[in-house]
Amino acid sequence: MHVELAFFIEVLVAGLLSGVMYSLVALGFVLIFKASGVFNFAQGAMVLFAALTFVRILEMGVNFWLAVAIALAVMIVLAIIIERVMLRPLVAQPVIILFMATIGLNYFLEGLAQGIWDSQVHGLDIGIPDVPWMWLLESTNILISLFDVWSAVICGVLVLFLAFFFQKGRIGRALRAVADDNQAAMSVGIPLQLIWAIVWATAGMVALVAGMIWGQRLGVQFSISLIALKALPVLILGGFNSIAGAIIGGLIIGASEKVAEVYLGPIIGGGIESWVAYFIAMLFLIARPQGLFGEKIIERV
Amino acid sequence: MLYRETGQFKTSYKKDMAIFPIRQDRWALVAILIFVVVVVPLLATEHVIAGYLIPLLIWSIAAIGLNILTGYTGQLSLGHGAFMAVGAYAAYNLASRIPELPIILVFLLAGLIAAIFGVLVGSPSLRIKGFYLAVATLAAQFFVEWAFATFPWFVGGAASMVIDTPKMTIFGYHITSTLDNYYLILGFVVAGTLFAKNLVRSQIGRAWMAIRDMDVAAEVIGIQPLYTKLSAFAVSSFYGGVAGALYAFCYVKSVDFTAFDLFVSLKVLFMIIIGGMGSILGCFLGATFIVALPIILNEIAHLFAGRIPSALLSNIEHMIFGGLIIFFLIVEPHGLARLWMTTKEKLRLWPFPH
Repeated sequence: MHVELAFFIEVLVAGLLSGVMYSLVALGFVLIFKASGVFNFAQGAMVLFAALTFVRILEMGVNFWLAVAIALAVMIVLAIIIERVMLRPLVAQPVIILFMATIGLNYFLEGLAQGIWDSQVHGLDIGIPDVPWMWLLESTNILISLFDVWSAVICGVLVLFLAFFFQKGRIGRALRAVADDNQAAMSVGIPLQLIWAIVWATAGMVALVAGMIWGQRLGVQFSISLIALKALPVLILGGFNSIAGAIIGGLIIGASEKVAEVYLGPIIGGGIESWVAYFIAMLFLIARPQGLFGEKIIERV
Repeated sequence: MLYRETGQFKTSYKKDMAIFPIRQDRWALVAILIFVVVVVPLLATEHVIAGYLIPLLIWSIAAIGLNILTGYTGQLSLGHGAFMAVGAYAAYNLASRIPELPIILVFLLAGLIAAIFGVLVGSPSLRIKGFYLAVATLAAQFFVEWAFATFPWFVGGAASMVIDTPKMTIFGYHITSTLDNYYLILGFVVAGTLFAKNLVRSQIGRAWMAIRDMDVAAEVIGIQPLYTKLSAFAVSSFYGGVAGALYAFCYVKSVDFTAFDLFVSLKVLFMIIIGGMGSILGCFLGATFIVALPIILNEIAHLFAGRIPSALLSNIEHMIFGGLIIFFLIVEPHGLARLWMTTKEKLRLWPFPH
């Protein structure tokens, strides 16, 4: 294959795959926004909290799957506590108040995670080797990490599971009802508090998966909570309340960010990936203000 | 008893339109002004003024700016730090490249440049709304941070990307001491507050509030959304820019892009939410709270210093800060200004509430 074309494809695919990792974080935002209309700024801190909990339990010599189970249990307990202590008293407040509360939660969780555990960098190996995919390298001369491919697969499975969870069964129906109109849902007897706890627990689970994958990539440390900022353009591009949007948005952002960094970066000075994703997302937004897959905003006067 | 307006009649339209219609409020205002102009410099140590009061006043200006945009016009912004940064860098470049410009004019021009930038950032606000807009303003935040970190031109070619601000002179008088800086900032605070207070009860202020409450409805009754939203962005970033310039020139005395990161934007947002959205008084209360809280926590932490490792201590500080924010939002979601209003209502009837 032509070298330049191969390089382009390599950049593109690497971008797409890293986009999937952004989607993973964006998913947590979407879940909570969909079910409660809360823009959860603390998602990054939840990723940090989950990853730190997991890695420290693992370091105590606990079996891998047991550590996953314990970390999951911790995230569920955390979700219940958040619902009880923070969300319940703030019911029916304007969304900006809830948004600010999650920023407070962000500070709290960052402090808590690093206070209970510590703020060192922890290496994490979840058993997926970060090596080039040899078969692809030999057959087409394109270098892609097997780790990226696996994380994309995990993300895909997770999305399928969540989509199924949201569509089928009693809880799925209740979730969608709450997402649609939480007062109406309450009046037909759906336990709002329980649903919110479930949604936050699910977001905690997604945070754990994201934390594990990003943790192997970057090491588990404070900066892992900042990837939430990377997920925000994905979120506005895909639409706040669309699971599919989070995935497609992630792919678009990941690919265009990498391509821009490689081809545009040298021209206007490096490090542009901190804002280029936001610019792309904004361009999309001007054409479609509710994001690609977001529900159309209907305004009644 | 003390706070009762009985017997204070409004006998002319002018009196009816006064900013502070109640005599006690006017007295309180004069007392506060005398206090900050005369008493504070006499009593407070240099450390208190430079370390606590100057940042408090600067943050108040920044908070007024954001409150105009978010509290009065309802446009959520996470990019206020960017406006402050633009103000600071504009002021530095104006002052160092055109040394004959009077410093007050430099600050005002810096605010103006920030306002132009604000209008650019705000231009998508007609189509993008709510949290989508909030995330879009983040674009401005990161872009500005990146631009000031990447191009040395903004700091006159300094390789470290951080540079000291030039000396300030007003009519031949050199502003050097802490007290000089304090008075300069105080002047801006008083003028800015008065202007903002008048602005929000003028025609444009009412248009802002109409847009906040329901922009489609406001458009129906003849308010131009584009002009109204952009004017809010302009005024807001003007205040942000002036605050940023003052922050760089009078407080840290250097221009540094790391001083205006995302957490600065969040900090100002905290101030207006805790102080009270849509209230000028709330800006001061919120700024006081946010400036004082870490100081108080720090003082408490000092008591435990040595017994608890410092890393843990800073984490606990984080937790208390976050926890208090949540606590405050639960107890009084409308902010300290609302608390003050309720107190005022009670005071009117005190001591005979029936």
